[in-house]
Amino acid sequence: MNDFSQAFAKALQLIFQLDPALLEIIGLSLRVSLTAVFIASLIGLPLGAALALYKFPGRGIIVALLNAFMGLPPVVVGLVVYLILSRSGPLGVLGLLFTPTAMIIAQVCLITPIVAALTRQTIMDANDEYHEQLRALGAKASRMMKTLLWETRFSLMTGVFAGFGRAIAEVGAVLIVGGNINHATRVMTTAIALETRKGDIELALALGIILITLSLIVTSLVMSAKHAAYQYHS
Amino acid sequence: MLHTNIIANTNTINILPLQVKNLQIVKKGNLLLNDVSLNIESNDVTIILGPNGAGKSLLLRTAHGLEAPTQGSLKWNTTVPLPQQSWRAYIFQKPVLLRRSVRANLEYVLSLHDVDKNDYDSLINSALEYTGLSSLAERNARVLSGGEQQRLNIARAWILQPKAILLDEPTAELDPSGTAAIEQLIKTIAEQGTKIIMTTHDLGQAHRLANDILFFHQGKLIEHTPAKDFFKYAQTQSARDFIDGKLLTGSIEK
Repeated sequence: MNDFSQAFAKALQLIFQLDPALLEIIGLSLRVSLTAVFIASLIGLPLGAALALYKFPGRGIIVALLNAFMGLPPVVVGLVVYLILSRSGPLGVLGLLFTPTAMIIAQVCLITPIVAALTRQTIMDANDEYHEQLRALGAKASRMMKTLLWETRFSLMTGVFAGFGRAIAEVGAVLIVGGNINHATRVMTTAIALETRKGDIELALALGIILITLSLIVTSLVMSAKHAAYQYHS
Repeated sequence: MLHTNIIANTNTINILPLQVKNLQIVKKGNLLLNDVSLNIESNDVTIILGPNGAGKSLLLRTAHGLEAPTQGSLKWNTTVPLPQQSWRAYIFQKPVLLRRSVRANLEYVLSLHDVDKNDYDSLINSALEYTGLSSLAERNARVLSGGEQQRLNIARAWILQPKAILLDEPTAELDPSGTAAIEQLIKTIAEQGTKIIMTTHDLGQAHRLANDILFFHQGKLIEHTPAKDFFKYAQTQSARDFIDGKLLTGSIEK
């Protein structure tokens, strides 16, 4: 127990001293996951809205896949992306394996289904409510879609934050495709796993505290987005 | 009236008579409107009465282009096509308001139609004043009371100066004071020359507002008579039963 409190004190010290190694790892984590959530939103928001509003062949299959992929195990995503990016894989020539780009690709695969599925559900519910009224008011299809996206913006943000929360906290995918290389692809979750095994509890604990704090911030953002959405819905 | 004629040439459109010929609507094998023919010519308040499932709302929806006839036809005396029409408005029983201010809700409707942006403020302000919502202009529309929401709904229709407003049980969810405010609005709008067609379950309301009554039962138009005659000398047994407050069920009884 004494060891633990010592480690804890040391961890806090690292945080408040703005330890450079610590900052580097946090910076890369944020860069990878924020980029991933940005790209996933660029794909997932319009995809989800299109799935909600338009009928086209194959829609049912895409929806089923999206819902199934929402809960993909990160290690499996990592494995698949690894196989694709490895030397002998189809995209091996790009030489992306063990780079932050590979980690971003893996996280995009992981969270795009979450953003798209939540967007689809949100837009579908809103469409049920609004469609007839907007039509009666004289809104055309393109305007209707814009209106629905704007009206549900807080609920859509919930989906985006949920995606970010999953990306920043996962370890399996970034470990496999990133390789946890010091100063190159080491992020918070992979560093925690490694440092704990090495016995360097202080750094692991400091990163753990930061990660939990980030999670809390994201969760409270989700909650305030939900709250804002609720206020607008009531 | 404050409201000048800014909306494109609605004043020159004559939308009546509304002619319905052998209108039939079938959905999922159910005959919901059965060979309905009628003419609405006078520019006042027409009220559609009848028990649930009689086809009241369906006729109203067809008149706004929200339903298509299976057979027969429903024609307004104009050729302005949906969805760019601004001469006709539809009021749902439960208004779906946008998650923004009262004023922004009105602005949204103007933005859907061909209205000069310079006229937005004057149009919105007169619609707010007309419906008694001026003091609530900056409130979030979703937190208004039911009665206020329905008044905004009517403001949203009135702001485009329609020639006809179709209302589907506009007071069904309101308390008596909310209902009175809506009825007063409807009366005023009708007096100023807008055709009103509405459905209701409230016989007293029909009494207070109607110039003529369309009585439906089981998808059929049973009677179309001036309101004062309808309440005194309804022609059919089912209409008399309805007025007496009997429950109309099953087949059309004698």
